[in-house]
Amino acid sequence: MPDHSTALAHQFDDLEQQHESVSLGMWIFLATEIMFFGGMFLGYSVYRGIYPAAYGEASRHLDVVLGAVNTGVLLSSSLTMALAVQAAQLGGRRTLVLFLIATIALGSVFLGIKGLEYYHKYEEQLIPGSNFHFDGPNAGHAQLFFSFYFVMTGMHALHMIVGIGVMVVLILLTLKGRFSAGYHFPVEISGLYWHFVDIVWVFLFPLLYLVDRS
Amino acid sequence: MPEHIMEKKIYYAVFGALMVLLAATVLIAYIHLGKLNFIAAVSIAVVKAVLIILYFMHVRYSSRLLWIFVGAGFFWLGILFALSFSDYLTRGWLPLPTGWE
Repeated sequence: MPDHSTALAHQFDDLEQQHESVSLGMWIFLATEIMFFGGMFLGYSVYRGIYPAAYGEASRHLDVVLGAVNTGVLLSSSLTMALAVQAAQLGGRRTLVLFLIATIALGSVFLGIKGLEYYHKYEEQLIPGSNFHFDGPNAGHAQLFFSFYFVMTGMHALHMIVGIGVMVVLILLTLKGRFSAGYHFPVEISGLYWHFVDIVWVFLFPLLYLVDRS
Repeated sequence: MPEHIMEKKIYYAVFGALMVLLAATVLIAYIHLGKLNFIAAVSIAVVKAVLIILYFMHVRYSSRLLWIFVGAGFFWLGILFALSFSDYLTRGWLPLPTGWE
């Protein structure tokens, strides 16, 4: 078990200061992520303002049930991630590994459902490109909506795949005995990343699936 | 700032609130409210995001310095949207001279 002297990086006075620096650094990274996704949300919003009817029509082609179930799955994975971080804070390695596995499992279910939805869109010829087919006068602008749909959900899914990779590494490090109640910062900031990806989806779900359902 | 370890029941309560808000956002989307539909959807998403940030991400129990870092990210996002929409949302306010469209 690593004692505090091995966990403490030499440039810090104590673990508390190291903890603060680690959190600040992660939030700087998350600020760049906010900007990255923010640009896509802005583009989405500008065109939604210009073509509200096409957005509403195109959005009704998305499956609300699958979208809502997936939102529930992702929120659950955030809960298991939060519990994993708590287990790490308390030094419970076994619980930590179990909650990380649960988070990976829920994240994989999300990606599986997302893949199923993509496949449905492929079958319905709703993937932008030469095979895109949409009835009615709004076809061009509906294609624009689907471009935003695939780019935004695709970038979100890519972030989840990265997150799952990070958690696999965390499990390996936990099994090697690298974390303790005093030193669990990698688990904590990976949690911040996972929750951030969850927040992105919290906005994507209503903005993509629930444009004009009433 | 010493680390604050949250009780499990707080995580479960926050998760419960998030699921209720998810159900609410789906239900409200099917009630015809006009422009309020969009406002309701975004407001619920903001409440969910704030719950996740404050509790799951522990920001509520973090130092003031961390609050500034967190706030800065969203403040920049606010600038991006405010300046962009000060253009797009106001384009219709002044009539264009004929021959421009």
